[in-house]
Amino acid sequence: MSSIADAAPQGASGAEVSDYAGYQDSVIRFLTIASVFWGVVGFLVGLVIASQLAWPSLNLALEWTSFGRLRPLHTSAVIFAFGGNVLLASSYYCVQRTCQARLWGGNLGWFVAIGYQIFIVMAALSYVFGVTQGKEYAEPEWFVDLFLTVVWVGYFLVFVGTLAKRKEPHIYVANWFFLAFIATVAVLHIVNNLAIPVSWTKSYVVWAGVQDALTQWWYGHNAVGFFLTAGFLGIMYYFIPKQAQRPVYSYRLSVVHFWSLVFMYIWAGPHHLHYTALPEWAQTVGMVFSVMLWMPSWGGMINGMMTLSGAWDKLRTDPILRLMITSIAFYGMSTFEGPMMSIKSVNALSHYTDWTIGHVHSGALGWVGFVSFGAIYYLVPKLWNRERLYSVRLVNTHFWVATIGIVLYITAMWVSGIMQGLMWRAYDSLGFLQYSFVETVQAMEPFYIIRAGGGALFVLGGFIMAYNVWRTIRGDLKDEAPIGAA
Amino acid sequence: MPTKIEKDIVSGQDTTGHEWDGIKELDTPVPRWWWYTLWATVVFAAVYVVLYPAILPGGATPGILGWSQYKVLAEDQAAASSAQKGMRDKIAGADLAVISSDADMLNFAMAGGRAAFGDNCAPCHGSGAQGFPGYPNLNDDEWLWGGKLADITTTIRFGIRASHEESRSSEMPAFGVDEMLDAKQIDAVADYVLSLTSGSAATGPGAEIFKENCVACHGDKAQGDKEQGAPSLKDAVWLYGGDKATVVQTINGSRKGVMPAWAGRLDEATIKSLAVYVHSLGGGE
Repeated sequence: MSSIADAAPQGASGAEVSDYAGYQDSVIRFLTIASVFWGVVGFLVGLVIASQLAWPSLNLALEWTSFGRLRPLHTSAVIFAFGGNVLLASSYYCVQRTCQARLWGGNLGWFVAIGYQIFIVMAALSYVFGVTQGKEYAEPEWFVDLFLTVVWVGYFLVFVGTLAKRKEPHIYVANWFFLAFIATVAVLHIVNNLAIPVSWTKSYVVWAGVQDALTQWWYGHNAVGFFLTAGFLGIMYYFIPKQAQRPVYSYRLSVVHFWSLVFMYIWAGPHHLHYTALPEWAQTVGMVFSVMLWMPSWGGMINGMMTLSGAWDKLRTDPILRLMITSIAFYGMSTFEGPMMSIKSVNALSHYTDWTIGHVHSGALGWVGFVSFGAIYYLVPKLWNRERLYSVRLVNTHFWVATIGIVLYITAMWVSGIMQGLMWRAYDSLGFLQYSFVETVQAMEPFYIIRAGGGALFVLGGFIMAYNVWRTIRGDLKDEAPIGAA
Repeated sequence: MPTKIEKDIVSGQDTTGHEWDGIKELDTPVPRWWWYTLWATVVFAAVYVVLYPAILPGGATPGILGWSQYKVLAEDQAAASSAQKGMRDKIAGADLAVISSDADMLNFAMAGGRAAFGDNCAPCHGSGAQGFPGYPNLNDDEWLWGGKLADITTTIRFGIRASHEESRSSEMPAFGVDEMLDAKQIDAVADYVLSLTSGSAATGPGAEIFKENCVACHGDKAQGDKEQGAPSLKDAVWLYGGDKATVVQTINGSRKGVMPAWAGRLDEATIKSLAVYVHSLGGGE
């Protein structure tokens, strides 16, 4: 069984040389720092907008700080800036090690990394100044979209070029997922953003009416399916076996769940448009594919969880592994909840309510957030040649603070969302609506406050991680007893 | 080309023989329950597309149950409206006084009025009908255009200064903007108006200006006139605010608050129910 110290490729002269001529790690160091930075920024903006919902005066009566402008800033910062940088860093790391090949394309890997940060800054500034296409998760205007397309093609070339150079005859499963993510996101991004520019800051999307809605949610749901699921499953397939030092549970399961996942996900988008002008047959397509997506999603959960058989005791002493396994638990929970919410009669209650927000955040904070934290904690000592993290006990603190935050967040949104849905449909004995809209808003206020509290804990966890990463990079080592040492 | 198949001691499974950066994979079969559940969801999908609207080879099909969101909506709306029809018709045709004295009609009108108020009136008048600056409080007994059932109904139906041709309308002159009074005079009359509220009316130039310019609408005792929506200036109730700066602003530039006409947007039974509900809030005359 290989040990973590053996992570450097054959020929590398021990752990102190990370920038072995075979691997390009400087760009991964940059992307890892960018991940931590954008993570903290994105979580903070989330806390601001959660607080604005609880205390509206925090909108400050300024257009630039209003909820409507900061909300896309939050979603893009956490999904594309934080999530995207984690995916870039971890896929660059994984593809080099599992192919035993340096990143293809020379400095193209750096071009992608820098270009991606420029994309993030352009998108963020345009939101704050009110320049937007008004398409959820696809807000940037046409010139930002075009710029990202160039960067993304570079990413695709780097990744595929590296795969082509591989020394191992087979392609490792993590790379299947990364490749599916990179290729599909390119197609989604281009088709959904086809637009005719009329000025630098304004364009008209070529799709109209319900076709636009369907294209938008084909894109939107597959941003979840391929960016936040397939990509992060790639992270899971590399970092969990490495951290647990156990073989992957089932190769055969990885094959069937990969193909069924990518085939089913692409059809599921119309469930965002239940009971709308979308033709009913299309709603049915979205619903039945979402239901059939349950097991393909759980295939990843099984493979991640069961990889720990024979190593469960490590959960007691290794908080990094604990973050990763908890992320899979949240992944399993939200990929059950999703198919359930796609069933029309459930959706009739849940749609347009906070339940959706709770569902998204159990996936985003629990799954994407935790598996990213696990990968970052794994990567930092390796990339900077440190014996270990500055403090493993701080990782444990981060784990608990963030977990309590997530639980507060999602339970508040479940209660608030179901209450909201029930209040909307309540009739009195004479057949009149029981509650006016504003009464439902009033009833949600306490849950908004709880949610902001949960979010604050999650942000605090982000700062703890940033501190730990910074001290590790500086080369500090906290004198502390190992966790679980008798 | 598997290179080195090994047996994993913990699980007893063979590895696939490949290795990537130290990662190996076991050749564990896919769990049976996974396959069974997957096929169960596929069967569910197959049954669903037969029963419900779907797309099959050959085009869109309505499904053998004949279910449709449009049909369900129409049926639910028809059921809801037929359940209320008797009572709504009765209220629509009844005299306002009769509605208030009939226990069943009153009960129905109050429930319907409360529901309609929350979604139509609360945005301006507040969910408790407490009002906001520029939007009258409906709980007190100060009424600009009359607080009797018939007055309230007229206001709701046709609005105030609204586009409806039967809307009631009046306009206070903009004394400063239209140069009818100079700044000094406005200041004096504002002091006088504020003194009315305190109970001991001031004397001096303000009183004279008031007499010449304001009594025609607000009355010689500043008691107001509901025929033309002129508010009483004696009490402590202020629509826009009772501090001096606001009163000066009102005299200088006038105020033209608009309430929309609801005829055509709400049906007769709802308008009457709203009138009964608003009348009951505390200040109905």
